[in-house]
Amino acid sequence: MEMENTPTKAMETRRLNLMALLFALLLLVPQMASAVVYPGADPHEYSGPAWSPYIVGAGIGVLSWLTFYFSDKAIGASSFYATLAGIIGKAVAPRHTESLKYYRENPPKVDWALVFVASAIMGGFVAAFTGGEITNEWMHPMWVARFGDSIILRGFVGFVGGVLMAFGARLAGGCTSGHGISGTLQLNVASWIAVICMFIGGIATAMLLYRV
Amino acid sequence: MNQPSAEPHSQAKKLALAAVFGLAFGFLLQKGGVAKFNVLIGVLLLQDFTVVKVMMTAILVGMVGVFTLNALGKVKLHIQPMRLGAQIIGGLIFGVGFALLAYCPGTGAAALGQGNWDALFGIAGLTAGSYLFAEWSEQISQTIHKWGEKGKLTLPDLWPAHRSLVVAGSALVLSVVLIALEHWTGR
Repeated sequence: MEMENTPTKAMETRRLNLMALLFALLLLVPQMASAVVYPGADPHEYSGPAWSPYIVGAGIGVLSWLTFYFSDKAIGASSFYATLAGIIGKAVAPRHTESLKYYRENPPKVDWALVFVASAIMGGFVAAFTGGEITNEWMHPMWVARFGDSIILRGFVGFVGGVLMAFGARLAGGCTSGHGISGTLQLNVASWIAVICMFIGGIATAMLLYRV
Repeated sequence: MNQPSAEPHSQAKKLALAAVFGLAFGFLLQKGGVAKFNVLIGVLLLQDFTVVKVMMTAILVGMVGVFTLNALGKVKLHIQPMRLGAQIIGGLIFGVGFALLAYCPGTGAAALGQGNWDALFGIAGLTAGSYLFAEWSEQISQTIHKWGEKGKLTLPDLWPAHRSLVVAGSALVLSVVLIALEHWTGR
């Protein structure tokens, strides 16, 4: 019995060691990556939030009470783009747009979510203006430091990013607002899964883009 | 509160409220720094945790209030049904796009307002991508949207405890994570 037990135990210890090593590597990789950062590529070189993230987070939390109570709505952003696309689609190809399942179920018209996000653009402007943080730039210096100052490259990558985000958000049923804040705060399991997957995809891609 | 609003007057009032709430949302996002390119890429590089702090505080505060209002019968919950396949695949695709653009759909709006003109490319892409999804929505509803369909499923449904206990427990976990983040990370 003793003889049989020992190799199993040794194997178990070895497996545990291996797991500990893998875990340590997982923690170390971003650290190592950030150790070889060249000038311009450290996010801390540029300004952070104007207000405490806790004040802002609490504000968004209270805002969601208000949208639930006064508008019977959860905060969300991605449907804005779907409605906008539908309105444009209806103007260009009305019959085709109205035949699509998504637009049969969500008729594109000026609605709550459309006004909400359009108004958020103005909100961003008011906040930046009052805080002296209007950027007025086509590319952030951190992007330029990594990929150069070609507006065509930035435009192409940004456009593709937008296409993927919209497609992913419609598949998942929400974005970092609809799932990431509104769904998670209602303890919707699907939303927690969706937002974790969003960050997994985002972290993997950003590491490849900015750290390899 | 939820009466159908056929009359244009109440419709206009609804949209006016949306404008006020949207203005506050964009304002808060910008003040929280989450309209900034480096802050958003920073969280994906695991170097700047501002986004996580904003989101988790919003979840914590929002959760306590919304569940309390719901228990008092003042608000309805809005739970998206679980479609495991679509949420995993969609979430991952979303994440790739997020890293490419650096702004998500909400923060992109605030970034544009702040004067980050590259958000315009993202907005064009988001609009095109939405139409592309609509184009394929029939096929998707019969395939990916059926994978792992579980209906509406919340944490209190899974936990054999009173809902208020689950909410209190979740609030505790979120608080501990926030305190740990504040302690161990710079920004």
